[in-house]
Order: sequence, then structure tokens, then C-alpha cells
Amino acid sequence: MSTTLFRTIQPNHFTLLTTALLRTRTKTSRHISVRCQTSTTTQQPRTSAPKNHGSNKLDEILKDYEAVIGIETHVQLSTSTKAFCSCPNSYGSHPNTSICPVCMGLPGALPVLSSKVVDFGVRLGLALNCSLSLKSKFDRKQYFYPDLPKGYQISQFDVPIASGGYVDVDIPLEFGGGHRRFGITRVHMEEDAGKLLHSDAGDYSQAMIVSKLDLVDLNRAGVPLLEIVSEPDMRSGVEAAEYGSEMQRIVRYLGVSNGNMQEGSLRCDVNISIRPIGQPEFGTKVEIKNLNAFSAMSRAIDYEITRQALLYNQGQADKIVTETRLWDEGAQKTVTMRKKEGLADYRYFPEPDLPEVILTQEYVDSIRASLPELPEAKRRRYEAMGLGIQDVLFLANDVSVAEYFDEVIGKGADVKSAANWLMSDIAAYLKNEELSISDILFELLAKGGTVQGMIKEKDLITDPVEIEKMIMKVISESPKQLEQYRSGKTKLQGFFAGQVMKMSKGKANPALLNKILLEKLNAKE
Amino acid sequence: MLSTLQPPRSLTLLPFRRFHGSKTIASLASSSPTLDASSVSPPQSQILTTRRSLLSGETTASEIAKSYLSRIRLTEPQLKCFLHVSENVLKEAQEIDQRISRGEGVGPLAGVVIGVKDNICTEGMPSTAASRILEHYRPPFDATAVKKIKEMGGIVVGKTNMDEFGMGSTTEASAFQVTANPWDLTRVPGGSSGGSAAAVAANQCMVSLGSDTGGSVRQPASFCGVVGLKPTYGRVSRFGLMAYASSLDVIGCFGSTVADAGMLLHAVSGYDRFDSTSSKQDVPEFESQSLSMDSFESKPLKGVRVGLIRETLEEGVDSGVRSATQEAASHLEALGCLVTEVSLPSFSLGLPAYYVIASSESSSNLSRYDGVRYGNQVMADELNKLYECSRGQGFGGEVKMRILMGTYALSAGYYDAYYKRAQQVRTLIRKDFKAALDHNDILISPAAPSAAYKIGEKKDDPLAMYAGDIMTVNVNLAGLPAIVLPCGLVEGGPSGLPVGLQMIGAAFDEETLLKVGHIFEQTLKGSGFVPPTLPNVA
Repeated sequence: MSTTLFRTIQPNHFTLLTTALLRTRTKTSRHISVRCQTSTTTQQPRTSAPKNHGSNKLDEILKDYEAVIGIETHVQLSTSTKAFCSCPNSYGSHPNTSICPVCMGLPGALPVLSSKVVDFGVRLGLALNCSLSLKSKFDRKQYFYPDLPKGYQISQFDVPIASGGYVDVDIPLEFGGGHRRFGITRVHMEEDAGKLLHSDAGDYSQAMIVSKLDLVDLNRAGVPLLEIVSEPDMRSGVEAAEYGSEMQRIVRYLGVSNGNMQEGSLRCDVNISIRPIGQPEFGTKVEIKNLNAFSAMSRAIDYEITRQALLYNQGQADKIVTETRLWDEGAQKTVTMRKKEGLADYRYFPEPDLPEVILTQEYVDSIRASLPELPEAKRRRYEAMGLGIQDVLFLANDVSVAEYFDEVIGKGADVKSAANWLMSDIAAYLKNEELSISDILFELLAKGGTVQGMIKEKDLITDPVEIEKMIMKVISESPKQLEQYRSGKTKLQGFFAGQVMKMSKGKANPALLNKILLEKLNAKE
Repeated sequence: MLSTLQPPRSLTLLPFRRFHGSKTIASLASSSPTLDASSVSPPQSQILTTRRSLLSGETTASEIAKSYLSRIRLTEPQLKCFLHVSENVLKEAQEIDQRISRGEGVGPLAGVVIGVKDNICTEGMPSTAASRILEHYRPPFDATAVKKIKEMGGIVVGKTNMDEFGMGSTTEASAFQVTANPWDLTRVPGGSSGGSAAAVAANQCMVSLGSDTGGSVRQPASFCGVVGLKPTYGRVSRFGLMAYASSLDVIGCFGSTVADAGMLLHAVSGYDRFDSTSSKQDVPEFESQSLSMDSFESKPLKGVRVGLIRETLEEGVDSGVRSATQEAASHLEALGCLVTEVSLPSFSLGLPAYYVIASSESSSNLSRYDGVRYGNQVMADELNKLYECSRGQGFGGEVKMRILMGTYALSAGYYDAYYKRAQQVRTLIRKDFKAALDHNDILISPAAPSAAYKIGEKKDDPLAMYAGDIMTVNVNLAGLPAIVLPCGLVEGGPSGLPVGLQMIGAAFDEETLLKVGHIFEQTLKGSGFVPPTLPNVA
């Protein structure tokens, strides 16, 4: 069997990692990988295709089971620096340009906690109605992986900064409506790992990652995260998705994160088990990852509930095993990523390089006093104003819309008409122009005028020919990046878009820009 | 020019000046202390001497640097203290000379030739912690301590040998070479900072930096007959010190005099925003402690309360070491100290607790050496193999053993029995020290149970080697400062082997240690611990 060779880089000096770190050298290696994958996929139960069953029969089966769902949410904080060094925390930079001895885990480097991370942790903890630990600490979670430079992740183990809270959500009417309260087990601070850039997406089994990994990008290593662990309080995909949306709203309201799922700023891992109704014990827990939209989360959970219920129903409950599954958006199903063999032992112990995190009550109080009105409070206030629940949900969903609405009614507008106007005319118009409300309306509010006039005034370049010209210029000036893009580093799209934006002094219509850029980047020569 | 650097040592006059009265080993240790000038003049600070002679124009930094380089060339084949000698020594010395000739100011360490332990990062200069896994690794930054030394005009002459990653007590666990003790080339210099201690003893450099996790500065200081200073945990930034056990590691200082060790400590101390465990405590001016002998009163240490730790003179301690320690206690008494015996009930618990904590932390700290980003990578066809081979071939036996022990101690199901328990012992030890130091200004003990032993003697008996750390590990567990200085000689080698006295102070009270140490050193009759001739060097 021919071997896959990892090429050594020898950065005896601090020159690192724009080159391949670990690289597959032969084509044959891919065959090895493919074989690995085949062997894992065959282990999947054949019964995992719920669509084969008539929906009536399915409903009959599902009726007898209850799903128990808990969610771990990782929120990437929008601090200006990483958690333990002063590297800029910026998404989409060129690989390994935002790194230093600390986040690369060079010998002798030490972490120093950014106070902003604590600040954000306290904000989120309070917003989730948690009690705060006035004295918490950091621990090391230890495992080996190429994207983890130190061989351990700095995290919080037994004393998280916040614990024991809850969050209130409203289920949208189209999903049955109603109010729910979900428990929050804990919120803790930790650092993100780097990223492995795979030569070929879509291979997820452990063996696969190992034999195919090509590059390590450490820009993300050390970026601050808050991990929010929920109680296993959710029972359906809809509830879970609504929980996730509320997390997104809250972090955006608080300004601690952009909450962007596509960029990975907000990541939800779902733990799900089902049990026959009436059974007190939990069933076998399965974890689902790779959920990059709430709608996907809802569908993935519903798929997984059905899959497990069918296995139960067919007397094959033993085929439900503790494992991590991935949501395959294309196939609309979950697939095995890796089986968990026993519990991983992370050998946690207190991080000796960092002192304890001590909070004073005054500090906590001052942060509490500075919290904005949160989504739940807004919803209840709008409801009390007499707005229907659909209006309420729309207005409170986006913090910019809510703030704008508050200003409008603050100036004396009629509540109902202001809501209607915002929800119909303005929302539709902005949607057409691919703009968000905050781009336009606050200025409008300050200066007066019309929405259309404001867009003109902003002088957005909407001429496709002009935008295309700029794109071609940028592409011709960056042959190296183009080559990298075409060899699979599609993340570089951001780089190109950034360059065009720069050239247009920020005035290129972003939607148009991206559409034309993609065409050009993917054009076959 | 030579005269500027002596006494105590003639720089280029080889062979070394023989130790005075090498046959009268016992008489040295038992000689009653006297304040009269003895036949050998007391050792003088090389840092102060250098500064004076440079500023007076008596000599130049270049001349000093040249003489040290030639000394290194002559003695290295036998001693093997250095893993790397800097190519920039003369250039840096010339820059200092130019500043002086232009009338510009120079830093307090200008022209001072300094050795740096190889686990302390030096920008662009190899820094390997004496491990294969970091062979040829050159860090992109200076450790904070090194940066400070450079800013003050100090010249880093090279990187000194050590036990791999600081794990060992003999320097035999270096992946590259075995360092010899200048007092007897068949003996170990101690460890893990054996290269730094031997280099100062052999006058290959004036002072040096080491690191002390469980005695790695103090024990080699004792074996090599030099002064070794382990500061309070947090006094010196650890930024750039390759971590062995983060909660115990400190950078320490070697010198041929207490004054030199104190001045080097002053240079490298202080809060560092890159190390959140570094302390914001003020750093006192240790230099003022180095008074000349003329200014001593008849009882210069009158009223200083000294506790002799009873448990350190019990079984397992060589009789020569025991009597040298008792003689040192008498000497302190003669200087006016009130010496009493104190007991530290938790003393014997320190060693096992230390090895659990140090191994646990090291198993984590050494995870970063995975062959992925730097250091030696062994090609492999899958990831676990890459880790296995890179680490398997990169680490030496002692390091692997400690990583395994630490991994075990931190594993689920064992954590409470080992790591947690050891932390409880640590609290107990801290309390006992606190109680003893509430009633005493300093505590004293031997620095090691024996003088330097033979190369290879304990290599296959790690437990015997670990047991040798019993005098020092407790101090690290408690985070306290301690100084070791030569106090006598015992039989062995061509002209006796030095024995060190350990003085332990309260947290951040290095000042008292330096004051007492300096007066002790300056008044010890027959002081001037200079190793005998190195064979084959003429």
C-alpha cells in the first residue's frame, strides 16, 4: 500500500505555515481514504430513510416517543483581540497572518487573559439569568490535534463563570405558537482552536481527516468563545431552533458576537435521545454537528427523531449508539462522523499559567446596569402595547429594527401603523435592495429624507459593468490567491470581495459584487 | 587588564589557582569564623569590578569578552557546559566600548558576560532545552529576563547545558552532552542547571541564568561551589522560559558571589504583562547589600533569627554535609544570629507531592511538542504515527517517564488520589513554612544530602536521584525564595568537593537572604571557592 507522506516544515525560525503543513503526496492516498469511509458508512443502519414510510404510519410511530434535546452553543466573541494574546480577532484574514508566539503555542509563551472576555462572559451570564461565580478559574482540557497548538484548550471545567439560568422564547405561530422556558446549565469561557483546511470536503470519518489533512490555519486559535450548555429541555426541532435563534438574538442585542452561523461565530451542537413516552430514563444520546442554519437544525433534529423512532419501532434500538453525526445538507440526512469509544478523558486540571478570575459585586452590578433591553423584555413590552404576536416577533427579531421602531414610536408615531409600515413597505424595499435596516434607517432618522433618496445619497455602485471591471482588475492582480481559490480554498472569496470593496471605497453593492465575483472566480479558463 | 577581574579568580592564568589549603578540608568547615581579614581575600563582585574597570578605562568590554571566549575555548573540551556559544559576543562588546568612548551611558550590566540556560528563549540563538525535539530551534523572541539583561548591556555568551526540559539532577539527561563538574571531572555538576553552575565555577562566564523547579539552581550551585539564588515564585517573569511545571518554575541566578547573584536578580526581576503569574511587588535594590567588609560591625547580623530545619539533618544526609551545615550555623551565631532548631512536620511529604505535581504539569506543558509547528517532525502516514514517532524519537527517557507519570496522575479516577492529594500536601507545606518563618527571619538547611557524585552513579536509579531533591523541593512547593552558597568542603576529588548551605526566606524577602548571605560569605574564613586545575589544560 503506498503511503501518504506528511511533509515536514522546518520553521527553525518564525516563518510559518503559509505553506503546506501536512500534505498528501500521492493520488493513491485518496483511495485509501475512500476505503476508510466505505467501511464506516456500511455500519449505518439501512433503515435511516424515513421517507420510505408513509407519513401517516410514521406519525403513528412518532406519537409513542418523546425526544430529549440539549444544545451546546459556542459563541465566538467580537473582541478586538484574541482571548490570551493581542493578535487581532478578525475573520477571513489570509491564513496564519493573525498569529503570534502565544496562540501558536511556541515554547516559553504564556497566556494573558483579555478582560473583555470576562466582561462579555458576565454580560451573557446575566442576560441568561444565571448566577455568577465571583471566583472562577481556568482549566486545561487536553487532547492532541493539529489545530490545537498547545495540546490543550484553555477552558473552564468545574467552576464556570455563570451557571443555573434560563431563557424564555416564543414559538412562532406557524409552528403552533406558545411560550417556553429552557434551562441554562452553564456558561463558560474558553478559546477556539485553529482550522484544518482539507483538500477535499465531505469526508468526515476520523481516519479520513487524518489521512487527508493538508493545512493548518491558526488565525482562529485563541479566539475567545463562550460555551452555553442548555438543560435537556427541548422536545422538537422547532423548539431547538427557536432556542438557537434566541441565543443569536441575545448575543446580538448584547453586542458580544455577530452571531453569524455561516462564519462559525455561532455554532450549535445538538444532543438528542428519544424514549418511549412514560419512560423515565433517557435513551442513548447522539450528537449532531455541522448545523449552520437554524432551519437545518430543525430538520436535522426531526430527521434524527424519526430515524431513532423507527429503529425503536423495528426492535433495533441497540443500533442507536453513542456517536457524533453530521447533518448532510445535500442529502437532508444525518450521517455518522465518529463513534465514541467510551468517555474521552481530557485530564482537566487547573491552568497554572492564569490566576483565578475574581469578580467584585460592584463590577457585576455595573454590568447589570449597562445591559440593554433584551429580546424577551422587548417582546413582552410590544405585546403589552397591543401588537399581535407576529408583529412582536418580527420587530424584536432584529435589534436594529427594534431600536428603529422604538425611536419611531418614541417620536409619537402610532404603534400599529409604525409596525405595519416597517413590516411591509420598508422591509420589502430593503429586501429588494439587499440592504439591512441599519445601513439606512438610522441615518434617515437623524437626517430626514426618503429611503430611496438615502440609497442614492450613499452612492452605491449598482452598475454591474463597473463592478465587473473592478473584479477583473483585482483578480488579475492576485494570481496566487486565484490559484489557491481554484485549488479548493474557497474561503479566499472573502479576500477578493474585500479587495474590490477597498477599490470601490466601500460603495460597491455587496450582493451584486458577490454574484459577479463568484461567476468570475469559478469560471473555467 | 587582567587585574580588573581578580580577585577572586585569575582569568587567563591557567591552571586555576588551587583552593587554599585543600588538604585541610575539615579545618575549613570547622574554622571558627572571624571578622579578621583571612589569608584569602573574600570574593568580590565581578559585576561591580567590571563596571568600575570599564568606566575608569582600565579595560574594555572587548578585552573582557575576548578573555572569556578564550577561556571557554580552553576549558570546554573537558567541561562541556555550553550547547551553543554566541557568535555576537565580540560585536556586542565593541558596541559597549563605542558607547563608552563616545561618552554615552551604559547599562548596569555593561560588559558582563552571562550564560543562559538553554530552556530560556534567546532570539535567533538556538534554544532547545537540551532536547532533540527542539534541536536547531531558534525562537523568534527573547525571554523577558534575557530582554532585560540585554537592555542593561549584558552580553549573552551562550546557552548552557541542562537536563532535558529541566528534568533531572545531574545534567546527564541532556540529549546532547554530559557536563563535568569543574571540581572533579569525573563527577556531575548537579542539575538541572548544571551547565550554568559549572560555567560560573569554571569562570567561563561571570554570572548565569538557570531555572529552578525543584532545586535545579540550588543543588548544582552546591555541587559546583557557586552561589545559586532561587527567587520567590512570581518575582521573575517566566515569559520565554520553556515550561516544565508552571506552578513551580522560576528563573534563578548564579554568581561567584552573593552580590553578583543579587544584582543579576535585580536586573531580571519585576512585573511583566506577558506573565500573569508575575508579581507587582516592588523590586528592592539588592546592590546596596553588598557592603565591603570594612563596614561590618563586630556582630553584623545581630538579632537575625535563624531556624535550622531539624528534618534536614536526619538520616540519609552525609556526615560531611551535616557537619558543614552545623559549622555554618555556628558561623551565623558568631555573626550575631540567634540560631534555633525548628521542625517542619510536613517536610518528608514534599518529595512525593513534588513529583506528582511536577510530572502532572509537565505532561501537559510538553504536549505542544508534537512535531506539527516546529521542532523535529518525523514523517508518518497517519496522524497518530506522526505524534508517536516525533515524540518518541524527540524526547529522552527521563522526560517520557515523567510525562507518563503525569498523564497517569491526571487521569480520570486517579486525579483525586494523586494530583488533588498532592495539592493538599502543598497547602500543608506552605502552612508549616509560614509558621516557621513567623518565628524566624530565615531558615537554613543543607542544599543537598551529599556533595557531587560520580557521573553515571545514579543514572539507573531514578529514585535515588529523586531523593537527592529532598532539601529543595519544599521551597518550590511553597513558592519561597532561597539562596545556596558554599559553606565548606568535604572529602572527594583532587582537592575536596564544595558543600552548599541553603537559606530560605519569607516570600518576596530576597533582601534578607542577600544581606545575610553576603555577610556570611564575606566573613567565612578561607572563602573563595575556586575549583582545582582542570587536567590537560595548560
